[in-house]
Amino acid sequence: MRYIEPHAHMVSRTTDDYEKLALSGCEVVCEPAFWAGFDRSSADGFHDYFRQLTEYEPKRAARYGIKHFSWLCINPKEADDPVFAREVMGLIPQFLKCPTVLGIGEIGLNKNTRNELAIFEEHVQLALDHDLPILIHTPHLEDKLKGTRLTLDSLANFSHLDRAKVIIDHVEEHTVSQVLDAGYWAGMTLYPDSKCSLDRAIDILEIHGPERLWMNSACDWGVSDPLAVPKCALQMKRREHTAEAVERVIYQNPRDFLSQSARFVI
Amino acid sequence: MPNKQELLDLQFIEARHKLLDLAAFLDRVDRHAGAEDFRFSAMKSTLPILLEDRPDRAKVILEALSDPSIEPIPQAAFQGAFGASQNSKSKI
Repeated sequence: MRYIEPHAHMVSRTTDDYEKLALSGCEVVCEPAFWAGFDRSSADGFHDYFRQLTEYEPKRAARYGIKHFSWLCINPKEADDPVFAREVMGLIPQFLKCPTVLGIGEIGLNKNTRNELAIFEEHVQLALDHDLPILIHTPHLEDKLKGTRLTLDSLANFSHLDRAKVIIDHVEEHTVSQVLDAGYWAGMTLYPDSKCSLDRAIDILEIHGPERLWMNSACDWGVSDPLAVPKCALQMKRREHTAEAVERVIYQNPRDFLSQSARFVI
Repeated sequence: MPNKQELLDLQFIEARHKLLDLAAFLDRVDRHAGAEDFRFSAMKSTLPILLEDRPDRAKVILEALSDPSIEPIPQAAFQGAFGASQNSKSKI
């Protein structure tokens, strides 16, 4: 079984995890820029982080035969200070030239504040200016439904946005229809506690079909499982999904979306 | 796709385990001292949904635990989330 892990925060994982990913059939890892578990104190901290994403992680992954790509932004949790956020965003264009950078992400909302929304919209414009795909985070738990609605309302104001080049991640049962019905891609994040369980993700697949859906582990420094995608593939087989159906959601779909970046060559 | 019998064969024991864990959690919180807070109230208010004859119980429970407001807030007081909204529609 081969698969693509389209959303993982490998800077927070050990090298052992790359070995586990490789052993379980992972061929590609894509890493969106995110919150490191604490707020960085300067834009220089982000400069170093962007170097880690674009220089170090591709080499670490390559030692296990895995291709590593990244997405860049200032994440929503650190975007509530617009002056600081814009300083960090000023660093991004120089890194967009790196050969493994796919697009802008994971941008979005965290607590659904006005400043988060303003910085989100500036990121969308940055992506449009550079003709890049966009990966969007949706908020956690009780904030997700409102945040998804605000995100969709905001995106609707960008008349030139190609919705097929946007994926809205961390959907659950109460948000997936809104995202898919609006023409965007949707990502299901497989988390032990706070997002989709393996079985709930498979339920969503069965109800909505596989069109424009992917699944990811979003493994990071918190409670998460870097092998969540192959474990979900196994559970799909236990629930009598065909090998072709499994291959579509864990390999073909992410490949099709990510290939909209010319840099995504596997 | 598996039929009902096959799904039950595959997952009934796991679901039974989760049901008992939830029941024990409710007992545990009740048994300990202190005031009940909005999360516990919100969770209990969703339990009748489990008995409704409908195909979207998970979706409805998620909606019941969500912040029902629609406007962006001026500023966040903190970065995290609780799992239930203090403004939830689901208060009992």
